Amino acid sequence: MLRFALRRLALMVPVLVGLSILLFAWVRALPGDPARALLGQRATPEGIARVNEVYGFNEPIVQQYLKYVQALLGGDFGRSIKTGQPVLDSFVEKFPGTVELGVTALLLAVVIGVPMGYYAARHQGRFLDTFIVSGSLLGVVTPVFFLAILLKLVFANWLDLLPTSLRQDPRIDATHITNFYVLDGLLTREYDAAWDALVHLVLPSVALATIPLAIIVRITRAAVAEVLNEDYVRTAESKGLAGHVVSRRHVLRNALLPVVTTIGLQAGLLLSGAVLTETVFAWNGIGKFLFEAIGQRDYPVLQGYILFIAIIYALINLVVDMAYGVIDPRVRVS
Amino acid sequence: MTIPLPPSGAGTDPLLTTADDAPGVSLWRAAWRRLRRNPTAIVGAVIVAAFILVALLAPLLTPYEPGSARWSGQVTPTSVPGPSPEHLLGLDRFGSDLFTQLVYGARQSLVYGVVATAIGLTAGTALGTLAGGAASVGGRIGGWVDNAVMRLVDIMLSVPSLLLAVSIAAVLGQNPYAVMIAIGVAQVPIFARLLRGSMLSQGRSDYVLAAEALGLRKRRIVMGHVLPNSLGPTVVQATLNLAVAIIEVAALSFLGLGQPDPAVAEWGRMLVAAQDRFEAAPQLALLPGGAIAITALGFTLFGEALREALDPRSRR
Amino acid sequence: MTGAHDQPLLSVRDLSVRFGLKGQRQVAAVDEVSLDIWPGQHVALVGESGSGKSVTSLAVMGLLPDRGVEVGGEVLYRGEDLLTKSPKEMAGLRGSEIAMVFQDPMTSLNPVITVGVQLTEVLLRHLQVSKAEARERAVELLGRVGIPDPARRLREYPHQLSGGMRQRVLIAIALACEPKLLIADEPTTALDVTIQAQVLEVLKDLVADTDAALLMITHDLGVVAGLCDDVNVMYSGRIVESTNRNRLFANPRHPYTGGLLASIPRLDSPRGAPLTPIPGSPTQTLPWTSACAFAPRCGNRVEACTERAPALEATGDRDLRCFNPLADADLTGAAR
Repeated sequence: MLRFALRRLALMVPVLVGLSILLFAWVRALPGDPARALLGQRATPEGIARVNEVYGFNEPIVQQYLKYVQALLGGDFGRSIKTGQPVLDSFVEKFPGTVELGVTALLLAVVIGVPMGYYAARHQGRFLDTFIVSGSLLGVVTPVFFLAILLKLVFANWLDLLPTSLRQDPRIDATHITNFYVLDGLLTREYDAAWDALVHLVLPSVALATIPLAIIVRITRAAVAEVLNEDYVRTAESKGLAGHVVSRRHVLRNALLPVVTTIGLQAGLLLSGAVLTETVFAWNGIGKFLFEAIGQRDYPVLQGYILFIAIIYALINLVVDMAYGVIDPRVRVS
Repeated sequence: MTIPLPPSGAGTDPLLTTADDAPGVSLWRAAWRRLRRNPTAIVGAVIVAAFILVALLAPLLTPYEPGSARWSGQVTPTSVPGPSPEHLLGLDRFGSDLFTQLVYGARQSLVYGVVATAIGLTAGTALGTLAGGAASVGGRIGGWVDNAVMRLVDIMLSVPSLLLAVSIAAVLGQNPYAVMIAIGVAQVPIFARLLRGSMLSQGRSDYVLAAEALGLRKRRIVMGHVLPNSLGPTVVQATLNLAVAIIEVAALSFLGLGQPDPAVAEWGRMLVAAQDRFEAAPQLALLPGGAIAITALGFTLFGEALREALDPRSRR
Repeated sequence: MTGAHDQPLLSVRDLSVRFGLKGQRQVAAVDEVSLDIWPGQHVALVGESGSGKSVTSLAVMGLLPDRGVEVGGEVLYRGEDLLTKSPKEMAGLRGSEIAMVFQDPMTSLNPVITVGVQLTEVLLRHLQVSKAEARERAVELLGRVGIPDPARRLREYPHQLSGGMRQRVLIAIALACEPKLLIADEPTTALDVTIQAQVLEVLKDLVADTDAALLMITHDLGVVAGLCDDVNVMYSGRIVESTNRNRLFANPRHPYTGGLLASIPRLDSPRGAPLTPIPGSPTQTLPWTSACAFAPRCGNRVEACTERAPALEATGDRDLRCFNPLADADLTGAAR
């Protein structure tokens, strides 16, 4: 297992090197000269000179790249041209918000999606199956941001049930240790703060969960339907095992394999969807941070963000692959 | 009913001929037959056809110009005029006819979606053929080419597709082609990987071995047999990707990276604009949002039906 | 307990299985099938693929899907109709009273669970044993089906075992609770020819040891010859000939049986004599309702064969469904 992880980590290196070259070229491909592009409209000659100095735009290209990589390895992902704050610092500060949102959404998707898909497969062709299948299809094709707006309209504006913006009511003077607000509330025993953070989570996580939920329902349904036709399920039934033993040990154990594989892909959807969801709900995470950076053409932030996301995405997929190895013995051995 | 007895030979016995002996039908023709009988395919096709018709016939469907804001005087911060005889669906928040905006939005989505997917399909198929072909032909150079292409694909796949499109659109700046190119390029690795995979699995099939045993040249087998037989999944993926592309066009607009010309009607930007008139006029959000979802639904249904038709085994 | 030998252990009466949803055109996979199995008796059900023999066995096990299938007739096990039993009652019988070995060992074991769990779960379900006892018994069972180092194999997963090994495991699972009736559905078909005989031997020994009755489902008359007392030949969902093994081999009457025998090599046939296959394929049938399904492929066809349905009639030493049966010891005319 360790060797597998190390090998996968080693395989990440060329991809990340390639990506860093692309990102490096990317800033230089910006329209106009790079310093001006980085500084935007309000660039002053002094500013341009400073940027040229910092980024070394006057040096030979190879040297520039090496300098860039050296900075990256030292944890320097650049600085925001708007705030001057190191990009990595902003990520570290805002990432927990995105993780809190993404993990909640993923949990929702799995906890609701797997039983729904299982039920649908077991009752193929009946009314509820048709309902679930159609619903999941709608879930796949509805844009996240549209759904977010709809939820906001219905649950906040019309029914006035749930908060529609921020991660926590600013009037609650909560202490933040980890920046996972719900967790912080529990750790500091400020239960009202934890509750408030949880209530704020509801709409954004539901919006973000929809597409992964729909996909998990469809994959679970297809996988269960396929496993139900497998010979080993018939063998299990021929043993006279109780229904729940057949379902759990023989059907679900096998049907969940493709579901686990897709969770890695879901991570990509969650990271993209977070940008849109966080924007609609003014959720203070890296997604909203990216949105603001796009609006301000804050290229160092964009550049750092893409690299950061690529690393996170690769790590998530590594973990998923390792988890797959744990549940599927056929992969484990080879 | 009389049957000649006994038959002179098994092959000529009239009782022995069955549908199995019917002249062979091609893969695509058989797929077309299955498609016509599948209600899902028909619903999808109807939605897609309606969408294309609306997009093409936009000027005939509405008497107004898009983005004209001619009636901006009637719009106040608290109220947006609803349906009236002159305006089927009322006005949008800038004072343009909402129906006109929606109809011309379809045009925009169609053009952007098709061009983006065409870019992705063309470049992806080229890369996929290069990698798949190189890997099938083999040899040191083949392996090297395959490796190089696939590493490039890996790099592109290392960033989630929408975010890849975002970063490409950001570098291209605000112009109408930026969105199409960004979304198209973001689709390239998907097509490339898919095509290479299906070429490799086709390359391992018995008919290829048989052709090799007959002494046919590998390059000929790959281009003449393997590639045409591998294109099915790619076509399916292109249909499904049209749905994704249409959603992503709207998403990029939503993120402020879309078509810069405010006079052009675009569903994603209509949604953004609708947000601050929410309670007064929810239809401003519901209609374009619904339009995106229904269009995407049409392409998805049709794509999935097509997949089933081309590969009946995948059917549940 | 009623006397074990007064009545058949299993008595299938006029079984029919129809596929297709209500309202749609139904397809009869099995029709008018009757057969008896006495305690300890070995009975064969022979036919080509698609003849309905596997469906028959699944009907006996109560393992047919619950939707889109209509089952008629009776399946009497010790005088009680299994078709009227609740799913729960059936589950109680399966694995303990009636067990089954399936055709394909490569797909019949759950790939993500150890062999040990798959073997012990049937013991824990039906016998009053502790986990430790079940394990002990599992080791012993694996040893009996000829798997070396059974304790280690229990901790392994199916993919670590060869096809022959897996089929041995499946046989061990089926016979774990010493059922009274074992149904073996083509248990050796998927195996290498060299392994087939070994696995068959294991199956034979274990069935003999446990005194189980055996319903052997096969297309291979060679398997029947070495194992079974009575033989039922099925074609297109119906039994066409049913008799004692020796009589069947010495003197097949139904042209289909004759064709089956003519298409396997025999030691007593002259050297160099060609094997005669049955022409056509099992998909080329006529509906039993208005003709003999075998008529299109039959060398003995007469006018009546395509005009009405032959009935299964008791003719002296056997049951036969044919208008123009083969004459005594007429092997050569079987299929031209």
